[in-house]
Amino acid sequence: MSAMSQPPPLPHPEAEWRAHLAAGRFMLQRSRASGAFVFYPRIAQPGTGAQDLEWVPACGEGRIHAATLVRRRNPAESYNVVLVDLAEGPRLMSRVDGIAADAVTIGMPVKARIIEEEGQPLLVFVPA
Amino acid sequence: MSGHRGFARGGSAIVGAATFGIGACPGLAPVDMAARAALMALADAGMALGEVDALYTSAPHEALGGLELAEYLGLAPRVTDCNRTGGSAFEVYVQQAALALEAGLIDCALIAYGANPASNPPPAVGMTRQSPWEAPYRPLAPISSYALAASRHMHLYGTTRAQLAEVAVAARQWARLNPEAALRDPLTIEDVLAARMVSDPLGVRDCCLFNDGAAAIVMVRAERARDCARRPVAVLGAAHAVTHREISSMPDLTVTGAAISGPQAFAQAGVGPGDIDVAMLYDAFTITPILFLEDLGFCPKGEGGRFVAGGHVAPGGGLALNTNGGGLSCVHPGMYGLFLLVEAVRQLRGEAGEQLRRRDGIGITRRQIGDEPGAAFLAQRCEAALDAAHSVSSGSACRVRRSSASPRALTV
Repeated sequence: MSAMSQPPPLPHPEAEWRAHLAAGRFMLQRSRASGAFVFYPRIAQPGTGAQDLEWVPACGEGRIHAATLVRRRNPAESYNVVLVDLAEGPRLMSRVDGIAADAVTIGMPVKARIIEEEGQPLLVFVPA
Repeated sequence: MSGHRGFARGGSAIVGAATFGIGACPGLAPVDMAARAALMALADAGMALGEVDALYTSAPHEALGGLELAEYLGLAPRVTDCNRTGGSAFEVYVQQAALALEAGLIDCALIAYGANPASNPPPAVGMTRQSPWEAPYRPLAPISSYALAASRHMHLYGTTRAQLAEVAVAARQWARLNPEAALRDPLTIEDVLAARMVSDPLGVRDCCLFNDGAAAIVMVRAERARDCARRPVAVLGAAHAVTHREISSMPDLTVTGAAISGPQAFAQAGVGPGDIDVAMLYDAFTITPILFLEDLGFCPKGEGGRFVAGGHVAPGGGLALNTNGGGLSCVHPGMYGLFLLVEAVRQLRGEAGEQLRRRDGIGITRRQIGDEPGAAFLAQRCEAALDAAHSVSSGSACRVRRSSASPRALTV
């Protein structure tokens, strides 16, 4: 088989997502056929195996599905870890900034924000 | 066929069971511990090492653990496995071994495990990668995953921290009857609630131990089991299900894989939750038995917290749950599933001494199936506390009771 006949290499879905994030864009994958959104990014839709995923901008809206406060011993500060139900359907892990760490409640509406942490872009949420 | 899923009810039996080095086992490597427990289980069965032709293990730090243990014991098995479904690996092995025995592929299965993370801290670099979708948010692995599930259960169903604490207190009360258990000092609901918080709503007393221990069991076909040294414990059903790896991908935070595997195993066994005398449900954290009790039908979804309240799963309560003291108070070396199996075997055999007192002397309700007691096992996926994030998931269930094929049971 010649090099010309080989399919182009697949872009790494995680790297692609992070490149979007670094450019200030929170993107989700969506199946063209079913319209269903996929997170985390992968090369095919889970369950169906459909390989027709395209990148679309997320609206950034969500609600807190579950929350925990990770306790740290003084002087380190405790912080929250949450699961967010995105308006588009997928659920992901994140953190709620802009509020006391222990004030996050299940059902709370939140909106996405891209920050930089440890030199990397990071998706977090703030109260809506 | 659809209900039994091809499983031969009672076609195989557990004929040997042993634990070794529970609590602290310094000076040995995990493979030494697994080998020692294996030899003790074979001696318990009255069988020779040379009869083993299938080996199932799940080594804590060695990807090629199946090869390692086979070589160590000098075996050339027809089947060797070192699966990675987490703490429930051993319940999966019971299913796999039963099927291989039934097919005639093997004649004697040895399931063995050992780990001593308390005496011999695990390497800094584990075998599992951290999820790139979770690690940046610094959840405590695996505690925060279970904390998130608990938060959801409390939100939906009004489950309280005091109800979670009931699970820890009941486990401790059982542990106080078990000389082998690591933690045997008294523990109250107030103690659990006042303990240091780790990842809300879970405090340190809601979390399992991370100590040393080894265990092993031996399985053969029912007809061979009649000639073994001990009363065989027949395997009536076994099923497993995988739902996810990371908590952020769990389809429903309050529904475990046991909702899938439990009904399958019950259908194979031909019994329901009301027939169960002793339930051994993987208690990596206090929330997990609550979810399993619901998913296995001991109570409706959402009622698990109220089900365990008032000492209902403690000695003298309505359901004997985790009678060895569980992962919370007896032993949890990173993977706990094999210890559930050994304790259930001991309970079903009605072994003398402290074990018998644990079962009979405390006034446990003993619902009868015919004239034989039953037990259910269920384990969920859980990895060592130092590994990557894991979650409330991947139920696997099997159920055993005294073999109706054994001459002793037939005369009962």
